[in-house]
Amino acid sequence: MDFGIFFSPVPTGETTYLGWLLQGLRTTIALSLASWVLALALGTLLGILRTVPNPGLRAFAGSYVELFRNVPLLVQLFVWYFVVPELAPGGHRFKQIDPFTQQFLASAACLGLFTAARVCEQVRAGIESLPRGQKNAGLALGLTLPQTYRYVLLPMAARLIVPPLTSETLNVFKNSAVCSTIGLLELTAQGRQLVDYTAHAYESFLAVTALYLLVNATIQLLMRAVESRARVPGYLGSRK
Amino acid sequence: MYEFDWSSIPGSLPFLWQGMMISLGITIVAVAAGIAWGTVLAVMRLSPSRPISLFATLYVSLFRSVPLVMVLLWFFLIVPSLLRDVLRLSHATDLRLASAMVGFSLFEAAYYSEIMRAGIQSVSKGQSSAALALGMTPLQAMWHVVLPQAFRNMVPLLLTQAIILFQDTSLVYVSALADFFGAAYKVGDRDGRLVEMLLFAGAVYFVLCSAASWGVRVLRRRVLA
Repeated sequence: MDFGIFFSPVPTGETTYLGWLLQGLRTTIALSLASWVLALALGTLLGILRTVPNPGLRAFAGSYVELFRNVPLLVQLFVWYFVVPELAPGGHRFKQIDPFTQQFLASAACLGLFTAARVCEQVRAGIESLPRGQKNAGLALGLTLPQTYRYVLLPMAARLIVPPLTSETLNVFKNSAVCSTIGLLELTAQGRQLVDYTAHAYESFLAVTALYLLVNATIQLLMRAVESRARVPGYLGSRK
Repeated sequence: MYEFDWSSIPGSLPFLWQGMMISLGITIVAVAAGIAWGTVLAVMRLSPSRPISLFATLYVSLFRSVPLVMVLLWFFLIVPSLLRDVLRLSHATDLRLASAMVGFSLFEAAYYSEIMRAGIQSVSKGQSSAALALGMTPLQAMWHVVLPQAFRNMVPLLLTQAIILFQDTSLVYVSALADFFGAAYKVGDRDGRLVEMLLFAGAVYFVLCSAASWGVRVLRRRVLA
């Protein structure tokens, strides 16, 4: 074991090997945040669609979840990176931007849309866990259906689903490691690059694992604070 | 417009089939070993002894905090040299499959242990009290009375986790082991037909996993009924 390796400069000389890992960590965090925003927005919309009266919209959101849940994340990532630019109009322009941006965009789209399917199911469960009387009361007061969602159902559901969303937050962050397979230099990829350059596999993997544990613990602490603020007093979800 | 050419698929079916056998092999080993070790961990976690439950808690939270890709990289690094030392194998022996199986089993055990813990806690307290009153030791009560019921309650969740595990086996890609996905990628790369092979692989996973999920839904209705 020689942890001094982290402080020696990389071949190009502009930083140390530790600098490489920290760059990777920054990419991992940026990617997780970008995908998480996309997943929350799209997942919430799909989750609402799964509970509306219109059967067409419900079926659309249902098929989305089926599709994105039953194909492995790695396959989805390769489809976003290798297949979509070939088939989509304007794909040739995508292939001209710099490789890092290409990899980052494909990864964010992939992780975001993959996680949206999971967020969708949590949002749906949150809305369905509310007593039916809430929706009926909203409609009976003369609110339109969108108003009932906006002012009655969603504010309650949003607070109820914070605990399951904590684990989805952790999942997005952990799943971002898969994006090392298309060459995106996030934390795992930087760790592997370090092994290729220095042959210090144990030191490198230990450092990368420690960084993952650190960020994981930080997210858990943050989300615990959010959970305690979002808790609905006297509600089933507030046990603990 | 992109011109599709699916002609790589028929000729490569035997190779893809071999890959599928590797994917399924890893899945079956990891599900069996993961459930067994996960159940032991769940029982340890609920044990009255502090050090035992602390060990299980640390194990589970460690494996749940690290990405699967990273866990697999660790196992592809450590297991081969360990096994070579213990079994005195030559360096030419390919141990990637064994490493993948060990890695997936130990990783999935952490997730299975959470499911089994919920299962054990779902069995009413009177069951184990009654078993103890009949003169069983705590371990006998666990094995003969609590675990069979916990297992039955959790069958749908255990199977759903197995479907997720099957999808995750594609990540052995990081070791260049030719599982189903790796085989499809290699064929696509060789023939310059990556688009078609990736779509084909995705479709196969989709059909298999949807069918399995549907089966689990039917089963769940029966278990609940």
